Amino acid sequence: MTVDALYHWLNETFPFLSGNEILIVLAILIPSVALFMVIAVNALVLVYAERKVSAFMQDRVGPMGQGVGLHAGKWGLLQTVADALKLISKEDIIPRLADRKLFIMAPFVIFVGAFIAVIALPFGETIIIADMNIGIFYILAVSSFGVIGLILAGWSSNNKWSLYGGMRSAAQIISYEIPAGLSLITVIMLTETLSMQGIIQYQSGGLFSWIVFSSPFSFIAFIVYFIAAIAETNRTPFDIPEAESELVGGFHTEYSGMRWSFFFLSEYANMLVVCGVAVTGFLGGWQSPIPGYFNTAGWSIFWFISKILFLVFVMMWVRWTFPRLRVDQLMDICWKYLLPIALFNIFGVGIWTLIFG
Amino acid sequence: MGIIHGEEMVLNIGPQHPSTHGVLRLKVRTDGEVVSDIYPVIGYLHRCFEKHCENVTYEQVIPYTDRCDYVASMNNNLGYAITVEELMGIEVPEKVEYIRIIMAEFNRIASHLLALGTYGLDVGAFTPFLYMFRDRERILDMFELICGARLLYNYIWVGGVSHDLPKGFVETAYGFLDYFEPQVKEYNNLLTYNKIFIERTADVGVMPPDVAISYGVTGPNLRGSGVKWDIRKDEPYSIYNKFDFEVPVGKGELGTVGDCWDRYWVRMREIEESVKILRQALKALPKGGDVHQAIPKKIRPPKGSIYKRTESPRGDLAYYITSDGTPKPYRLKMRSPAFTSISVLNEISRGWMLSDVIAILGSLDIVLGEIDR
Repeated sequence: MTVDALYHWLNETFPFLSGNEILIVLAILIPSVALFMVIAVNALVLVYAERKVSAFMQDRVGPMGQGVGLHAGKWGLLQTVADALKLISKEDIIPRLADRKLFIMAPFVIFVGAFIAVIALPFGETIIIADMNIGIFYILAVSSFGVIGLILAGWSSNNKWSLYGGMRSAAQIISYEIPAGLSLITVIMLTETLSMQGIIQYQSGGLFSWIVFSSPFSFIAFIVYFIAAIAETNRTPFDIPEAESELVGGFHTEYSGMRWSFFFLSEYANMLVVCGVAVTGFLGGWQSPIPGYFNTAGWSIFWFISKILFLVFVMMWVRWTFPRLRVDQLMDICWKYLLPIALFNIFGVGIWTLIFG
Repeated sequence: MGIIHGEEMVLNIGPQHPSTHGVLRLKVRTDGEVVSDIYPVIGYLHRCFEKHCENVTYEQVIPYTDRCDYVASMNNNLGYAITVEELMGIEVPEKVEYIRIIMAEFNRIASHLLALGTYGLDVGAFTPFLYMFRDRERILDMFELICGARLLYNYIWVGGVSHDLPKGFVETAYGFLDYFEPQVKEYNNLLTYNKIFIERTADVGVMPPDVAISYGVTGPNLRGSGVKWDIRKDEPYSIYNKFDFEVPVGKGELGTVGDCWDRYWVRMREIEESVKILRQALKALPKGGDVHQAIPKKIRPPKGSIYKRTESPRGDLAYYITSDGTPKPYRLKMRSPAFTSISVLNEISRGWMLSDVIAILGSLDIVLGEIDR
């Protein structure tokens, strides 16, 4: 359901308004609200999942709803709701010496970066908000938009810790975008399209036509992309911009309440985006692993989301297992390992396609 | 590193900061990420321990010693008790000696677990921290069984201990040791030999033996630099000479001798050695005997002074007591191992990056309660 299709549908349903600007606004507004819901629910689910996954890995039970009166529901299912309520009701502090305008703007800039990337994610054959012919390129471009917000947040807080965090994250995200982009180029080389739907159509035909299994080089490309994706979302072992034990909170040290929760929301939205791109590019998108079965519209949403959740789970697994890298080691991994591997991969995929393709 | 020089800035780490292990403030001069000078500011937890001691009786000093190194209270109690005993010439029953050693070694394990766990936290590994705290909890449960307290025990008294071992303690202790020994392997798999952990700690913050000695660093930090010096072995107090155990020293297995990894590894090995001592002590523990038998009615040491050192989990913990024949000490001085450890921080972390300073600070395993006293 793209915006165009929605606009046509609205025109036909409300003929008396046909051609009116209201319909254009509506056609944009409806998917945006739906998308906001998707991002909010995504954050709710992932925060709960993160709490539970980390708890089970650490021999704990995590949030549990025990006791009488106010409690977080069965198995702590309402824990995230309680967290959200707490964040909304918290005092909103802006430091006196902060750069007010930039300070207020920063969380929204980051959020917008994550938000507009989601619109190009295909949840099914027709369930996509904007099916652009340059979809993957668009996502790569707008997902680096968030960096501006991180630097703004780091700079405007007027706090040395925040500044460190902002600078670190800028260096990190910009560096890791290169191996991520280069490994996606191998996908584009194979599929010969930049459209997200086109990439998924190429992978129809079950598990073994997914790009990740199509050649050893594309498997390496998937690994490189996934490592870069973890780094782009600032998660352990690449969480140096936040680095709780060093920089307290990094760029969001001075933020509180709802403003802080926007950072949180966009962090999880970013996870959705990078995993969504990985699923689209390498794991067959919304295609069913068994050709010819389970490929209705409902199933396609199920496949897409469950593949994303699997990758998110791997990210959490990594996060709660590894220590954090140092800032220079982080750059070493990017420039000395991932980048040459990604470059070599492009070459490899080219030759592979030439011989077997 | 440090080829391009930019403007320097002063960064305040602490006193409220997740990784200063208490209320320590570090004035750090940095050039970008590279640290050029560190000035530790201490005293935020100063409670006039030594002055207080001049105004209370010898028995009343013991709870104060609890609060110095609050993660290894048993060892502090033990050091104080044997110092006063030596000043007064008290012989304690054999059973008391064994109980003391058992408690001190359990507390050493608990203290090292805390040090290693929070060290993992300092370099960003959250899970090992909780694993180690889970096991430390079981030691604290045993202490609760013995004296009712979980952190500040006031257990080892001059001439004895406050309570006899409860029924079933020895079995509980054996049960813990049987459970705990394989856990060390898990820690090693999860953290010690983790590639990223090695990258972060090996070759970082190298403390050469001569620097360590000239700053007076003791304990695992000194042994991490390859100097074999353990008071339990070299100047045995209590009944440590009866036990067979090794003194692990840093060998530079994965980097240079005296790096952060070596200091970490020495602690890990010491846990294993403590388990060895505990097994021997539990085996040889006398069945009968009154633990209150040798406790003097009045503690009134003869005129004179004494300096006695013991090996706490942090190093050479010593008490200097001057008595003027009254029930209150004329002067009591505590030599704190963590205090000397923090003094070497500037020397070994200059030129490293900000993240490394946190890693080096964590590897020194300081306790602010003991530094400030």
